[in-house]
Amino acid sequence: MSRRDVAIVATAQRPNEVGSTLTSVELILPVINDVIAKVGIERQKIGFWCHGSCDYMSGQPFSFVAAVDAIGAWPPIVESHVEGDGALALYEAWVKIQTGECDVALVFSNGKTTSGPIDRILNLQADPYMVTPLWPGFDSLSALQARACLDAGIMTEADMAEVAARSYRDALNNPIAYAKENVTAEQLLARPYTSAPLRAHDCGVPVDGANAIILAAGDAARSLAERPAWIRGIDHRIDTQRLGARSMTESSSAAIAAAKAGVGNDRIDIAELHAPYTHQEILLRRAMNLGEGTHVNPSGGALVSNPAMAAGLARFAEAAESVFSGSADRVLAHCTSGPMLQQNLVCVMEGE
Amino acid sequence: MSEADGIMRLRQPISVTYNWSAGPNATSHLNGLLEGTLIGKRCPGCSLVYFPPRNGVCPKCARILGDDVVVGPRGTITTFCVVNVPFLGQKIKLPYVAAQILLDGADISMQHLIQECEATDVRIGMRVEPVWKDRSEWGPSLENIAHFRPTGEPDRDMGVEAGAS
Repeated sequence: MSRRDVAIVATAQRPNEVGSTLTSVELILPVINDVIAKVGIERQKIGFWCHGSCDYMSGQPFSFVAAVDAIGAWPPIVESHVEGDGALALYEAWVKIQTGECDVALVFSNGKTTSGPIDRILNLQADPYMVTPLWPGFDSLSALQARACLDAGIMTEADMAEVAARSYRDALNNPIAYAKENVTAEQLLARPYTSAPLRAHDCGVPVDGANAIILAAGDAARSLAERPAWIRGIDHRIDTQRLGARSMTESSSAAIAAAKAGVGNDRIDIAELHAPYTHQEILLRRAMNLGEGTHVNPSGGALVSNPAMAAGLARFAEAAESVFSGSADRVLAHCTSGPMLQQNLVCVMEGE
Repeated sequence: MSEADGIMRLRQPISVTYNWSAGPNATSHLNGLLEGTLIGKRCPGCSLVYFPPRNGVCPKCARILGDDVVVGPRGTITTFCVVNVPFLGQKIKLPYVAAQILLDGADISMQHLIQECEATDVRIGMRVEPVWKDRSEWGPSLENIAHFRPTGEPDRDMGVEAGAS
């Protein structure tokens, strides 16, 4: 069976904020209505709805079911939920379109990251027998990973600060970014450690956010967008959940996913990498062989606004928007999930 | 950890504290309960009145709900279940009735207890009213209502309306 051509045709993102008093459903509803309005499609033409979120973050089992209220699920619809980032829901929707069951799908995600101690909550997604009982915290695990990278001579703390400074400066041009600052790496290095060798700037800022994307196949995509962002390759790989059994100084799953998605086949203008920690961006660039010609995270990335479970789909939205506007022709969108880059989803998109 | 019977066990209590927000659209409903008033919300699209106002949105129209609407306090039983099975932590004497109650002025039913009558007397269409707990026990919760009891009014014919809504 040959692959269907599928493209992102519209995106909508909520401005990232801290301490939102809205419910998750109230966060989601406006972005869904926005993205539908952008393409002017009738709701009944959307053949599949797919949602990414994490029940642990709302502390309520099956809380994702409430999100169906935000869809306008009457007459009945076909929908699904992924307990994870919205980018993984996008992957499911892409597969759904490949099966031929629908031509248009809407993907959305939300994260009320600041309603609880996210560093602690994400522990509940780790291996429940060997890791969760230790309650290591994602910041601490990532600090171990960063330490291993520093010790191996792969990078320096200055390299990491450079990633943060570039992200904070780029965020000045992104109206929905939360943290933004005209700052240099030297200034950042003068600030204290929060979880050595990580400083505050090395860790993505937890924020509340929501976003939505519409995917469409072939002629449907051409009718909905002037310049769709065509998905040329997409691949999802997972490293073992046994933290002691994988290398902390490289990301084999990211490398395989990038190769399978065809990253190396041509130049990449813009890469939106979902790197919640500075050293992880450097690891991902190495794993995917991204060179100097690629602008990484012109949006500021997950470092400046990290709405857990929506930050990956936000990378897809940012990358697709750069194709829509014509500022890039070939782009990469990436999503990670789990501790220390355990899962990696890589997608290459092109304009026509 | 104990290995008395050769099986290693690990007790792992889990505790996470959240700042949970009811959201602006459910807040008037919860504040109403603090005053003993039953407040629902009307959808600006289809005009249906939601009590409780769910997540502040109309699932049919995908719109944020609009005006506050005072509903009840009386209502009508739309369906019910007689509970005969004991379970851990049960506080109410068996048998008892859990019913869906459509409050006057509301378009969706809510679940509550029916007391002060025999379980065998409960029927669809029966008119009921809330019995509130002592005000000192009130919080922003429907649990301020201890239960519902029959009003003695004639039954409401639910045949057409129940089928239509």
